[in-house]
Amino acid sequence: MRVIAAMSGGVDSAVAAARAVEAGHDVTGIHLALSRNPASYRSGARGCCTIEDSNDARRAADVIGIPFYVWDLSDRFHEDVVEDFMDEYAAGRTPNPCLRCNEKIKFAAVLDRALGLGFDAVATGHYAQLRTGADGLVEMHRAVDHGKDQSYVLGVLDQAQLRHSLFPLGGSTKADVRREAAERGLLVADKPDSHDICFVADGDNAGWLREKLGDRAPNHGGSIVDESGAVVGSHTGTYAFTIGQRRGLRLGRPAADGKPRFVLDIEPVSGTVTVGPRERLAVDRLTGVGPRWCGTVPRELTGTVQLRAHGEELPARVRVDEAVDIELLDPAYGIAPGQAAVIYDGTRVVGSATISATSRVQAGQR
Amino acid sequence: MSDLKTVYLDHAATTPMAPAAVEAMTAHLLEVGNPSSLHASGRRARRIVEESRETIAQALDCRPGEVVFTSGGTEADNLALKGAYWARRTADPRRTRILATSIEHHAVLDPLHWLAETAGVEVELLPVDDRGRLVVDALRASVERDPASVALVSVMWANNEVGTLQPVDEVVAIAAEHGIPVHTDAVQAVGAVPVAFARSGVDALTLTGHKVGGPFGVGALVVRRELDVTPIVHGGGQERDIRSGTIDTPAIAGFAAAVELAVKQQADYAVRVAALRDDLVRRVIEAVPDAHLHGAPLDLGGRLPGNAHLGFPGCEGDSLLMLLDARGIECSTGSACSAGVPQPSHVLLAMGRDAEAARHSLRFSLGHTSTRADVDAVVEAIAPVVERARAARR
Repeated sequence: MRVIAAMSGGVDSAVAAARAVEAGHDVTGIHLALSRNPASYRSGARGCCTIEDSNDARRAADVIGIPFYVWDLSDRFHEDVVEDFMDEYAAGRTPNPCLRCNEKIKFAAVLDRALGLGFDAVATGHYAQLRTGADGLVEMHRAVDHGKDQSYVLGVLDQAQLRHSLFPLGGSTKADVRREAAERGLLVADKPDSHDICFVADGDNAGWLREKLGDRAPNHGGSIVDESGAVVGSHTGTYAFTIGQRRGLRLGRPAADGKPRFVLDIEPVSGTVTVGPRERLAVDRLTGVGPRWCGTVPRELTGTVQLRAHGEELPARVRVDEAVDIELLDPAYGIAPGQAAVIYDGTRVVGSATISATSRVQAGQR
Repeated sequence: MSDLKTVYLDHAATTPMAPAAVEAMTAHLLEVGNPSSLHASGRRARRIVEESRETIAQALDCRPGEVVFTSGGTEADNLALKGAYWARRTADPRRTRILATSIEHHAVLDPLHWLAETAGVEVELLPVDDRGRLVVDALRASVERDPASVALVSVMWANNEVGTLQPVDEVVAIAAEHGIPVHTDAVQAVGAVPVAFARSGVDALTLTGHKVGGPFGVGALVVRRELDVTPIVHGGGQERDIRSGTIDTPAIAGFAAAVELAVKQQADYAVRVAALRDDLVRRVIEAVPDAHLHGAPLDLGGRLPGNAHLGFPGCEGDSLLMLLDARGIECSTGSACSAGVPQPSHVLLAMGRDAEAARHSLRFSLGHTSTRADVDAVVEAIAPVVERARAARR
């Protein structure tokens, strides 16, 4: 096959590209330019999407011996991922831009362009496994390395996208991949993993949102109240909060019971953040919208859901109607609207939906 | 893939070294001697450098003492702009303006932006017409608005992207009325069109080795004796105290051999390469009827002989480049890409094209090794490649 290998400049995508070559594919490496103003050495920034990363990807392509180009997708990325990220936080929700990027950029804009140019597939360094099921459909399963498994952020891919995807690392552990990179002479072998959101360079989400949202923010401050409505503190913008957050609340008055308080609710219009004790975060019913299915649309299933990257698997009953209704068999804590619920049947990814509403366990009802 | 014959059509980026230049350069690589040393080895090296300087002076119609060797075109442009500006402003603090075309190479534009930011220089980038030629009346108006405030005018001899020759004579005439010095970046012009320093009347001229069949890493600023230039690289005082740094004897020998050869062969080169280029443009447009040529028309002599800058509506230039590259055909999107991130060409934007048009363009640049077979390869590949690139845009 003719394969486009998306190379971030990190160790995983470099080894994935090398393995695609070894599997006999005709591979071309590309690096996605996602920032309109890539951070340079001169500005001293570190993180993803820098000129340094682009150079690392280029050097890896040299070592592997494949052609390499930079594809400028900064406009698409800004429209589909960054704007969405800002809108979601402004609306009091908690988005996951990595899923959005996979859905709209890597396996859409890049894949479409690759197919148009005569390629057959896009290979990435994601840790997930693809196999063909008995029904002929491509199934996506969790990676062998459960610590690195990235099937969660790929849960937005549909069958057409999966048919043109390659994840050469799904059967390996991270340690093996690092060792292999070193053996292949890839200089990125000991490059640290990236964790933060790539376009928020220093990891300061709230500061980034404050600057970028500017006048578009619903508020730049308001009250923090407890469940009785009593004001217990103030804040500088609801977009800085996420449901279940405990740190950074800077509450003057301790709670009556002396226990820590968590964000229970975010009300952007009134600028109110409500806090309360941890047990009030418990939810067991989730409503999901905008579902994305990897294969056949399920009607009803009992499996597991995962609610955040590297989150735990929660046993659940899922019913698909107009919306996706998820009933958790045990309550979960700190689940924010905007997060993706990825649905699994064993190790297989069934699909995903964006959480639009959660409901709370009534004390004593269960 | 590796046995694919390369069709190299990116001579404006760099052109292969001429065998005579390789020979001249390698003849000195094993010889010791710093041209600044006083002993026999030093004298021998110095002699090579000075003979090279004389060779270049003869080829370019300047005096040997006017040739200042640099590390290449970018350094020569920086030296001309910053050096001449500082000297002129020191002599008269009213001189705070620098005028240049809006289609200069980044080696001119970026020093100007830097001067504007850090030294308060008022940089005026003058418009070009839809063929990429300076609007001379705009220059005249800008100069005459306040001639005493103009420190320098910089107008490239020929544009590197679309190949349009600039009206250097007219620029010199306007500047001369007010005693304003003129710099020209002639990196693309030397060897391609007649370039004579003294006759042109410019005060400073940039050229570089690797665009004329010489080595990388060496170039020169030709500076008229009368023009003061403040050094930007300080040290041992080499090159008339204008450009310090140990002189690269072998590279300079190769550079001089290349300049001499390129200038000697210029007329024949221009006829031969322009014929190939005309053939390429005509046949590409036959194969892709909505393709069009940017810049000056082929037949009026207003264009570099090797330049074919073509627009392919509905395509990304990047996609075209990649698809041609996969077939062994090497060209350029002609745009700056510091991080490999293509930006819409400032040259095409200045010519009045929109960002979309600026993105769907390719530059084929022919040179001294180009052949009929190279043209045939492009003509054969272009229609399916354009069709493919259009599919990728759907």
